[in-house]
Amino acid sequence: MRILIVEDDPVIADAVRVGLALGGAIVDCVGTCEEALAAAATTCFSAIVLDIMLPDGSGIDVLRELRSRKDTIPVLLLTARDEITDRVSGLDAGADDYLVKPFDLDELAARLRAITRRREGRADTCLVHGAIRVDPAEASATVEGEPVQLSRREFAVLSALMERPGVVRSRNELEERLYGWDDDVESNAVEVHIHHLRNKIGREAIETVRGHGYRMRAV
Amino acid sequence: MASLRLRLFLILIGATGFIWLVAVFWIYVSSQRELEHVLDTRLQEAARMVVSLVAGFDGLPSDVKDPNGFKPAHLSGYERQLSCQIWSLDGRMIAKSSGAPENSLTDRKSGFSDQEINGEAWRVYAVEDASKGVRVLVGDRLGLRERLVGDLVKGLLWPALLIVPLLGFLIWLSLNRGLRPLAWITRDLAHRKADDMRPVNVTRTPSEVRPLTEAINQLFEKVELARGRERDLTAFAAHELRTPLTGLKAQAQVAMATNDPEVVKHALGQILVSVDRTSRLVRQLLAIARLDANAEDKGSESVAIGPLIADIAAATATPDNVRVSVDDRLSGLTWLANRECLELAIRNLHENAIQHMPAGGSVSWTLGSSPNDIVIEDEGPGIPDNELSQVGTRFFRGKFKSAVGSGLGLAISFLALERIGSRLHLTNRRDARGLRAELVRQT
Repeated sequence: MRILIVEDDPVIADAVRVGLALGGAIVDCVGTCEEALAAAATTCFSAIVLDIMLPDGSGIDVLRELRSRKDTIPVLLLTARDEITDRVSGLDAGADDYLVKPFDLDELAARLRAITRRREGRADTCLVHGAIRVDPAEASATVEGEPVQLSRREFAVLSALMERPGVVRSRNELEERLYGWDDDVESNAVEVHIHHLRNKIGREAIETVRGHGYRMRAV
Repeated sequence: MASLRLRLFLILIGATGFIWLVAVFWIYVSSQRELEHVLDTRLQEAARMVVSLVAGFDGLPSDVKDPNGFKPAHLSGYERQLSCQIWSLDGRMIAKSSGAPENSLTDRKSGFSDQEINGEAWRVYAVEDASKGVRVLVGDRLGLRERLVGDLVKGLLWPALLIVPLLGFLIWLSLNRGLRPLAWITRDLAHRKADDMRPVNVTRTPSEVRPLTEAINQLFEKVELARGRERDLTAFAAHELRTPLTGLKAQAQVAMATNDPEVVKHALGQILVSVDRTSRLVRQLLAIARLDANAEDKGSESVAIGPLIADIAAATATPDNVRVSVDDRLSGLTWLANRECLELAIRNLHENAIQHMPAGGSVSWTLGSSPNDIVIEDEGPGIPDNELSQVGTRFFRGKFKSAVGSGLGLAISFLALERIGSRLHLTNRRDARGLRAELVRQT
């Protein structure tokens, strides 16, 4: 999962960034409405965590702008007020979920997994393809019931491919899912991660589509 | 008066009735005059006619009888109106019409006169013809004349009296129709929910009521504005109180979730930052509470401004690349004021300036335009003009808010100076980038 955090408070943004990264997510942080809209327009995120009170405006306005652009990205609102009218106006503006500050980091991660799962139309909390099973909540994977040790990036690549097993994922797409803006990306990073993944979950599991990218091999 | 409708109704009915009475009186007077003129002319003509008919007094019968018993059908009750007497010049009655009195109608030789005969008032016209040797007198009863005028006016009055209630009913109906816009507005307002502050539709209201509806709309606007400000205050307060707590909790969870010592150390560092921020917030909240609680003057003392500023500047954590300068002339300045309030104002202004300072900037304390006033100037981003009036509001954080502020500092400064009878003037600097705050002593 690649998550965009829109939060102007540096301490909270830092905690969410580090906390979600511990759970295997790739996280980018911005602090203003303007930056949030620019980020959402240029990068493909799995979900956005959006604070309502931002220095240059309201998060609700960012949300409305996103929805008016026909952007269906899952959005979780962070609000400092727990009045019903605030939550209702947020949800009505197009939010998928909300959390009231101070929130629990684990709950934030769980809600993010839930809204992305809903957006993909999955009922199962785990991603399953053949003998391979990926659990986003635990950031773990098993092959035929045996646990497999995966690095954060490897887990991210496998999750991206398993979300829609039949669909080819291009190298750029995978790179976007793998690295935040601040990360240095090696030119052959995706190939390296795919190589390691194949060693761990089986050579045949991931299929290379020449000139296009990668996908899970049909079972 | 309780009912506008009743008031209007009574006024209209009263005015209409008055005009009506005046009209009736006028008609009565003018009819009477006209009738008298007509009847006088008739008397005159009748007398002349009789004179022209008299050939000589010898050939006339002593009593002229109406041969046909003529009675005008349309004047029932007015018959025998005219009486005629013919006298010789030597004073003998030659003839009279039937019903005419035996006595002479008048002593006058010619012309009109009013007479009283047998208790009745008469109008008489006399004409004398010396060549024929006769004097002809024609008269009619004034009572009959009065009756004629009375009947005429009565004929006009009766239909009018019938019309008056109809008129009243129509006036009442028109008033109801005319006042309907008021009913609309009433219904509109009565059916509103408590938070419905939409303006009353002005286009549907008549121009007389418009000032009222516009005043209502202005009131709505003010109430809405006040409510908005209150809402904002709660929102800002919740935000400022919960944000540091959120940071603390999230960072603590991060520290607990990882075994990586680097991550733990970083998280703990962030927790310290949050704790500092929270304690400052608590300190400010307590200061505000104290200022709120002690509205009355708590006693003044002579406070030396220079040393006070120097103490505060020394006690405030200042980044290495920010310079603070205190004008020497301030050392000679003293204010007679409550020390605690003055210290609160100066400390919060100082902290505010430091927080908004870019690297390498400088904060300077100097004397103001009046030698008693204190000025602090910074080189920060200043305050957008449209926010200048709001920065004194608690928890208000403008466009250029600092990372660690909570929107209370300037509110405390304003409040503290107000408590000691002084004022705070905030302006953006003209000579350079930054904010200029002037503490003006009011004495």
